[in-house]
Amino acid sequence: MTLARQDVAKVAKLARLALSTEELDRMTAELSQIVGFVAQLEPLDTAAVAPLAHPLETQNVFRDDVPAPSLTTAQALQAAPRHDGECFLVPAVLGESGAA
Amino acid sequence: MTTQPVMPEPYVTVIGLEVHVQLQTQTKLFCGCSTRFGAPPNTQVCPVCLGLPGSLPVMNRAAFGLAMKAALALNCRIAAFTKWDRKNYFYPDLPKGYQISQYDLPFSADGWLEVADPKGAFARKVGIVRVHLEEDAGKSMHDEAVGTADSRIDLNRAGTPLCEIVTQPDLRSPQEARAWLNELKLLLVYLGVSDCNMQEGSLRVDANVNLHVPCPDGRIAKTPIVEIKNMNSFRSVERALAYEAARQYDEWQATKAELGKIPKQTRGWDDPAGVTRAQRHKEESSDYRYFPDPDLVPVTVSDAQVADVRAAMGEPPAVLRQALAERWRITAYDAEVLVNQGRELVAYYEDVATRVADGKVASNWLQQDVLRTLNERGGMIDTFAIRPEALADLIGRVQKGDFDTSRGREIFAEVLASGRSVADVVASLGIAAVGDDELVALCRELIAENPKIVADVQGGKEQAAAGLIGQAKKKNPNVNPGKVRQMCLDLIRGR
Repeated sequence: MTLARQDVAKVAKLARLALSTEELDRMTAELSQIVGFVAQLEPLDTAAVAPLAHPLETQNVFRDDVPAPSLTTAQALQAAPRHDGECFLVPAVLGESGAA
Repeated sequence: MTTQPVMPEPYVTVIGLEVHVQLQTQTKLFCGCSTRFGAPPNTQVCPVCLGLPGSLPVMNRAAFGLAMKAALALNCRIAAFTKWDRKNYFYPDLPKGYQISQYDLPFSADGWLEVADPKGAFARKVGIVRVHLEEDAGKSMHDEAVGTADSRIDLNRAGTPLCEIVTQPDLRSPQEARAWLNELKLLLVYLGVSDCNMQEGSLRVDANVNLHVPCPDGRIAKTPIVEIKNMNSFRSVERALAYEAARQYDEWQATKAELGKIPKQTRGWDDPAGVTRAQRHKEESSDYRYFPDPDLVPVTVSDAQVADVRAAMGEPPAVLRQALAERWRITAYDAEVLVNQGRELVAYYEDVATRVADGKVASNWLQQDVLRTLNERGGMIDTFAIRPEALADLIGRVQKGDFDTSRGREIFAEVLASGRSVADVVASLGIAAVGDDELVALCRELIAENPKIVADVQGGKEQAAAGLIGQAKKKNPNVNPGKVRQMCLDLIRGR
């Protein structure tokens, strides 16, 4: 199982990773190995096996709709590279949000 | 689908909507932070909704319940097994780098909501592809005037529970889309699922639109689908769709580009300019690299749970319209007007109607006097100065014949202006009820003047007495027609 170099380049772009030519080559080889490892399962007949949504057998974990204390703004912002005491600051974002 | 709207255009407009509504919970979907609107930036955030390492989401039971209520009201099938997935994309208002949403196993699908136009122009059953439960993103603010300055990020909204409602492309005109959205909003507000406040972003609409253009060879050409965003009111939705349909037709004539030949386009609505403008090309859904969120376990729903939610749901507007029309013997149109004003107004109406034991009269007063006043002055029925018991008192006096409706209206206005009671205003305006002695004298006069009617009544034609009422009104406008009729009959028979 080998991945096409262009597939890896596309995934890198979606992940906002700027890979050099050498890195792209290495990633293509390493990711191919990982995918190839999983591909060993392909000969198995899974027609009668239900898709696994979660490895745990636990289901229906809920909490009640009861407010809990939030962080203070200072606590929330303390690890941010930049903030103005109220908001996180990021380089100018223009245009639409990626999704709703 | 029933009637097609009249289409002067040489094409059919095909519209599907994607609606996001914030659910009316106290806390966020996966943490205990408040969802209250308008708090100072970043005061309702915690490690979970900030996406800090090591934090884990736990599903809000109330959010799931409200989402299920919405889905059932939209006639959806509830899945017995549902899970949550990560939708991966990068944007500064999305701290985790993914949104927790639902991909291949949404908790509900295959529903419909009908919108009927009481004037009969159209009635359309709009299919619902799916309703799913996901989290909202935060807000990024950018001051254009400052040019290249930073964007500021407020994550108070991040993690607020959202219902995403996706329709089939079943709508056929901008007017229909607006009417359908009104019905959806009314339904969700009635059920307490969401306040649907568009100004505060509790309800957001995106629209997908393209055209089906009949060609000379009999083929139907389909124009590329465009997704419209940034519509901040239902009126904007209607305007944007109308603009976009016309734009697509122009483009079709110029380029003959068809669906599938070019990527799906996203356009933003510029309300002041009244135009849509191209935005980035929509990423293919696989680009979001959905995968099951390992931090959340699946949810199963039993038939008994579905039945419980259904039982506790209350009457949706469509059912309430019918019930109201039957219960109070008012027209479908009257029921529509009352129900569309919201549950509080319906409660007010039924209170008045019960007290005066007349649904039609109560409906007239509600529509002509109460609603008109509210429309003119603004304000909500809950805080309307004339409460149901006062209005019923006033209507009761008209029914008794103390004074007629137009005089009643003057009293209504005076009660509203002065804040005094109906009884006070009636006394101060010098309006006196027609006394019994006065009524007897008047009826005797009528009988003396109308020997023909008297003879007819004596001959068994009771309905002939109706002829006396018009004359009574001329003699004294304050008389009660019913009382005049009864008194005259009694006097004639007593002879």
